[in-house]
Amino acid sequence: MSLSTLKEPSAVEDARPRRPLLTIRRRRAAQGLGYAAPTAAVVSVFFLAPLVLVVWMSLNHWPLLGNPTLSFPTNYTDIGDNTLFRGAVWFTLRYTVVMTVVLFSVAFGLALLVQNRRRGVGFLRTAFFLPAAVGFATASLLFLGLLSNEIGPVNPLLTHLGIISRPVSWISGSPNTALGSTVALVTWRFAGFNMLILLTGLQAIPVELYEAARMDGANRVQILRRITVPLMRPTIALVLIMMITGSLLAFDQFYILTGGGPDNSTTSVVMVIVREAFVRFNLGSAAAISVAVLGVLVALNVVQLSILRRRSR
Amino acid sequence: MTRPPRRAGTKAASSGYYVTTGALAILFLFPLLWSGWSSVRTPHGFSLQNYTDMFHYRDGIGTYLINSIAVTSMTVAGTLVVSVLGGYAFGRFRFPGRNALFLATLAILMVPYPTILIPLYVLLGDLGLQNSLVGLSAVLVMFQLPFATFMMRNSFEAVPQELEDCAQVDGCGTFGALRRVLIHAVRPAVVTVGLFAFLAAWNEFFAALILLNSSDKFTLPVAAVAMEGRTFGSIDYPTMQAGVVFMALPCLVLFLFLQRSYVRGFMAGALRG
Repeated sequence: MSLSTLKEPSAVEDARPRRPLLTIRRRRAAQGLGYAAPTAAVVSVFFLAPLVLVVWMSLNHWPLLGNPTLSFPTNYTDIGDNTLFRGAVWFTLRYTVVMTVVLFSVAFGLALLVQNRRRGVGFLRTAFFLPAAVGFATASLLFLGLLSNEIGPVNPLLTHLGIISRPVSWISGSPNTALGSTVALVTWRFAGFNMLILLTGLQAIPVELYEAARMDGANRVQILRRITVPLMRPTIALVLIMMITGSLLAFDQFYILTGGGPDNSTTSVVMVIVREAFVRFNLGSAAAISVAVLGVLVALNVVQLSILRRRSR
Repeated sequence: MTRPPRRAGTKAASSGYYVTTGALAILFLFPLLWSGWSSVRTPHGFSLQNYTDMFHYRDGIGTYLINSIAVTSMTVAGTLVVSVLGGYAFGRFRFPGRNALFLATLAILMVPYPTILIPLYVLLGDLGLQNSLVGLSAVLVMFQLPFATFMMRNSFEAVPQELEDCAQVDGCGTFGALRRVLIHAVRPAVVTVGLFAFLAAWNEFFAALILLNSSDKFTLPVAAVAMEGRTFGSIDYPTMQAGVVFMALPCLVLFLFLQRSYVRGFMAGALRG
């Protein structure tokens, strides 16, 4: 590793009078570098190098096969003309809003329900969390069957209850049912996961605060608004950042469940990137969109984190 | 924990609580139970026919299973080796570039999957790792590193200095101290990191879809989705549910056994914010 050549020359010269101590320190530094070398190798080869490469690719016409040629800024100017991409941006934003609101409400509700120790709460927590142990792609295939007309129990059940009069084609029937199917899948798979994070925040609030508020005659809604939510702000912010980022980058659920349809109505931004790269064989264009997405996400994270910092003071 | 004295009407509230949460629990468990049930149901009653069909899908799922096992073992082993050594370095040594490297490792979390996978597809080709299970595993190790390194660093930091000193008095070098003494002190974190790496690698879909492009290299999730095809109406749903159960079962069993380790990892992750 070239990193091991990083020595501190000035320290070596000053070392004369107290050599043993500094020698030990230098030896420990060298050993530390040695143990960190595998991390440095993985991070530089598989993370930093691709990060540089993706920017370079976005400046080139880069076909899947054949030689790249420099063509700045065509890939970036083409983004605006890509109608599929424009539709995908609009859809992804809409999906992010709906998904974040639904998922947060369900996860927070579940966390409130299982926050206190009482009989059966351990079982409930496990039940709500268990879907998160299943892989997301596996869960998507599960819902493909669950919501299907062929073997799915949803249509017979709803018909039996008189809620629908004839079977609904949930996944591919209309843009709205396709979106609804996806929201149901993601909520099922991730509500327990987020519940657990929110639970760690809930349990960090001292019990005495609740007792004091109850003494003062505060009702449940007041306690939630005045104590629980303000004190949980950092946890809530973390969960929201993860939900928003995850939704903006949604891919598996649409690729597997809806296939981006019907009529491209559920095609997300990441699906467009994959299509540019591996269906239209234009890696340069895919790289340009990726760089744009990275920029948006970094900006979003910075904004969210600064809001969080300011409020938590 | 002592509770405040119960007020009148608590009994009704309590049964209301159990009706609500019980219904919710059924709602969350139902898809899993349904999947298991429909995987053993055939038009002529219950049998394992769907599983037989699944095992013989195309040329048999043996190849995909072996690929999945290979990717999962390489990812778990790679993540553990790199993060234990890295955590040891970050937690107990001072060296130039320490903070920069640690921050670069955490920055992996900030970068979207496609942003890194599109250039990785090209880069792995240059390294001779195109369409390779080794290449995919290396990438999955990289994706695991922020969490794994963070977790291992905290564990190594928490080990008392006396323990390391004792090992050195006994004549161990730094590596001997790690191998003979410290590794036992950080065992819970090793289990947690290993469990997370297992679940991530066994279930990975997106990276595998992009980096593997011939069906003899497919892992189980990619093969299962390819089996779905995109022609609606011709999906063999019962066989697919058998596949779902087959892929989900190891994760569910492992999770139920190692729930404690999983939640520990969670706390570490949640406190990061």
